[in-house]
Amino acid sequence: MLLLFFTKLGKLIAIYKVQIEAKTKVTCLFPQPHSWRRSMAEPKTKYDRQLRIWGEQGQAALEKASICLLNCGPTGSETIKNLVLGGIGSITVVDGSKVENGDLGNNFMVSETSLGQPKAKCVCAFLQELNDAVKAKFIEEHPITLIETNPSFFSQFTLVVATQLVEESMVKLDRICRDANVMLIFARSYGLSGFVRISVKEHAVIESKPDHFLDDLRLISPWPELKKFTEKIDLDTSDTVVHKHIPYILILVKIAEEWAKSHGGRLPSSREEKKEFKELIKAKMVATDEDNYKEAIEASFKVFASQGISSDLKRILDDPCAEVESGASDFWVMVAALKEFIANEGGGEAPLEGSIPDMTSSTELYINLQKHYQAKAETDFLVVEQRVRNILKKIGRDPYSISKTVIKSFCKNARKLTVCRYKLIEEEFNSPVLPELQKYLTDEEYSVAVGFYILLRAVDRFSANYNTFPGQFDGAMDEDISRLKTTAVSLLSDLGCNGSTLTEDLINEMCRYGAAELHAVAAYIGGVASQEIIKLITRQFVPMSGTFIFNGIDHKSQLLSL
Amino acid sequence: MASRSRDLDKLLLRPGHLVGPSFEPGTQLRDDLQEYVRILVVGAGGLGCELLKDLALSGFRNLEVIDMDRIEVSNLNRQFLFRLEDVGEPKAQVAAKRVMERVSGVNIVPHFCRIEEKELEFYSEFSIIVLGLDSIEARSYINAVACGFLEYDSNDEPLEETVKPMVDGGTEGFKGHARVILPGMTPCFECTIWLFPPQVKFPLCTLAETPRTAAHCIEYAHLIKWDEVHSGKSFDPDNPQHMQWVYSEAVKRAQLFGIPGVTYTLTQGVVKNIIPAIASTNAIVSATCALETLKIASGCSKTLSNYLTYNGVEGLHTKVTEFVRDKDCLVCGPGIFMELETSVTLKMFIDQLEDHPKLLMSGASVTVRGKNLYMAAPPLLEEMTRSNLGLPLFELMDKSPTGIVHVTGTAGKGDKRQSCLRKLRVAFKADGIADTDMAGGG
Repeated sequence: MLLLFFTKLGKLIAIYKVQIEAKTKVTCLFPQPHSWRRSMAEPKTKYDRQLRIWGEQGQAALEKASICLLNCGPTGSETIKNLVLGGIGSITVVDGSKVENGDLGNNFMVSETSLGQPKAKCVCAFLQELNDAVKAKFIEEHPITLIETNPSFFSQFTLVVATQLVEESMVKLDRICRDANVMLIFARSYGLSGFVRISVKEHAVIESKPDHFLDDLRLISPWPELKKFTEKIDLDTSDTVVHKHIPYILILVKIAEEWAKSHGGRLPSSREEKKEFKELIKAKMVATDEDNYKEAIEASFKVFASQGISSDLKRILDDPCAEVESGASDFWVMVAALKEFIANEGGGEAPLEGSIPDMTSSTELYINLQKHYQAKAETDFLVVEQRVRNILKKIGRDPYSISKTVIKSFCKNARKLTVCRYKLIEEEFNSPVLPELQKYLTDEEYSVAVGFYILLRAVDRFSANYNTFPGQFDGAMDEDISRLKTTAVSLLSDLGCNGSTLTEDLINEMCRYGAAELHAVAAYIGGVASQEIIKLITRQFVPMSGTFIFNGIDHKSQLLSL
Repeated sequence: MASRSRDLDKLLLRPGHLVGPSFEPGTQLRDDLQEYVRILVVGAGGLGCELLKDLALSGFRNLEVIDMDRIEVSNLNRQFLFRLEDVGEPKAQVAAKRVMERVSGVNIVPHFCRIEEKELEFYSEFSIIVLGLDSIEARSYINAVACGFLEYDSNDEPLEETVKPMVDGGTEGFKGHARVILPGMTPCFECTIWLFPPQVKFPLCTLAETPRTAAHCIEYAHLIKWDEVHSGKSFDPDNPQHMQWVYSEAVKRAQLFGIPGVTYTLTQGVVKNIIPAIASTNAIVSATCALETLKIASGCSKTLSNYLTYNGVEGLHTKVTEFVRDKDCLVCGPGIFMELETSVTLKMFIDQLEDHPKLLMSGASVTVRGKNLYMAAPPLLEEMTRSNLGLPLFELMDKSPTGIVHVTGTAGKGDKRQSCLRKLRVAFKADGIADTDMAGGG
């Protein structure tokens, strides 16, 4: 009989609109003419769609990296598949198991012909087929054995992906990789739950490429050349064509100046004042189709925004690592130079970013304006460069050991620098941030995610005590549920959360899972892990902080910062 | 030997507390999923490849996939079922073959054609339709098809057996979404069409007179200069020579205006509206869709309710929003109910629309099942359809006792009159008889 089940959604609650940036491609719905075969002499065409995200440099970093995968069940396999497709340099698959019947039901990289064979060998062969530019090797060995008996094995890699490890092994491997300065990421699938956790001592990002970031326009404190430029512009010109092609940057600089003059140097701050400011702009409009003035009104919030450097940047500048000594990384050397610049030539501001957004304008004025910003950015960069070279000299390094290109990129991204630091797993396990944990335990939005977090640890403790995972085999369900509950309660107590409980339903659910590794969940976790690995290796975009807990029940997955 | 379904069995064979409303765990469920449930995957690209793999490894055995495209080299960084030697082959066919090779027991029927080329009956055969598309238009079309199967009872409640579930996914770079659509119960694609921002289009005067960016120069060459020089010949974005021409014209224009930044890569990106794409985002969104498909078909867990957005640019953020249906939705709504006598002519029907309190529509054109019964404009079509005006609507609708009618015309009060489309649900009764259940003519 055909069985279909629908969730009765019943009465639904309030809507909140979600702004989605996605531009959808408008394809015509008529069949495309037969595709022109791309020139095979262009190997990079294959990577075109991803080069548009992380560029040639990012790609080069990927192609230089060597990755070690521990355990190649679906979670590990799916993670590595995404990296192989992207052109990672080399992979080494470590797994001691043989392909079983059950693996055929959840792992795409093994097939019937591989039954009984080493799983690592089969997965490796499939991955090699996906991209022959990647160097793929396998080692038929249980990861735990390597962790226990050959820790130096891991030093050769850029990054280790450890999947489906239990707590005890995670802690040991974490120490090994931390000591060897090898990046590490944990990933686990467990029924409809799972997690991903990066473990790296420090990861500095220059090219963080955030989605939204305020332009660096200096509307209220134009530097001399920009000021001179705006003085040449007449907002009251009678030439209507000129009038409607003045870019809003110039409009706002002038109006802001006018305001400051009549308000004792201050800026609009109250709601009334901001409204008044917009009215001032509006008063300059002579026709309703003057888009440049409309843009100026819409962009007026850029005038009200605070000046100087953000608290995030300040935190980086105040970091003890910014007091550089010999052995300091390039990043911190540049931060030290940046700090000096801000305190001196920058007058409290970071080097000018140098680009301006598109806006209604005559071509001539726009290009001219653009050149002004580029010139100032270049000037600021040269000062920072000099300071970098001086600092390098001071700490006994070759003053030219950091290239112009790198320093330039640093200056351009100065306001968006990010530093990520990750606690050792052991530290998180023994002393999580209690207030955060307690907050999660009482917040409904986090209840399933934090429940899974605790239970994922509880099942490992359970398995250490009883040699199986709860519900792994049929027949002992009630007993397992009761034992898991006890384990979870005692774990919570150890963490300092006496009295907190997890719902019966969730404990029950965890036992139901019986440590199952479901393909769809593994593919999700693999997608997340591979994405974070790419960020870590390309050093672009900001990697996740904390532990990502996957909640496959209602998809309210969360990042927990413990 | 242990079952192949070792892991999935934990979800399908065991009872649970956090499950769907009529979940009946057991081997029967597992076997029924394999034997009776039929899933259609629309699209065999970045999402489609992942979906086929995920579904094949989630207990489904009867899959079909439809895609009109052929494989290109730039697909290979994420559409993992394709190899270099497959370039030029139909995606649907290669994808189906590859998955069947690796997952024994699964059957995948490929369809290398446009989605519009299939009869409605084709779509009605599937239990669930999963979308891995990259355009609004295609989603809109499938949505209209699936919602077209929906019927309501006399209390305006959807009839469960006519609800055709859809699971829709989309990705762009590090971002994506996944949603569950149960027509008549959750919002359909049209109900929430405002979620998709309008396409970025440059004003003509910017392109023609005041270009400022490299993209402006490119679009000038592509949209304006091409026609001036090649009048009649249409631009083919897949023709490298055409693209090269646009690129060199764009460079010339950029040089003229002193604008930096025109590159061949950018030219391709702007002209083809290339969306950057990577394997990891596709994997995440597809996995979500496959998981939800499994849950809808089996009830083994609660379902996503009902829209998930995903953003991996800074860290990782997922958010679930519960959107509400638009009760007056033209596509999934019940439509405004009108009871008509079988003798009512098309002209009389159109006249009635003017006075109907919920419509107040004048100058209406009438469409039934995509067929234009009467077009008020343009004059040529008006002339062609004028003869229908004197015929009974009942006959024009093939004597069906009920049916859906779409009307377009001007509606609203006073200044606010504007063109609009309305969905009507008509039911016929024989003159003088209050029974709507008439099969033969009057």
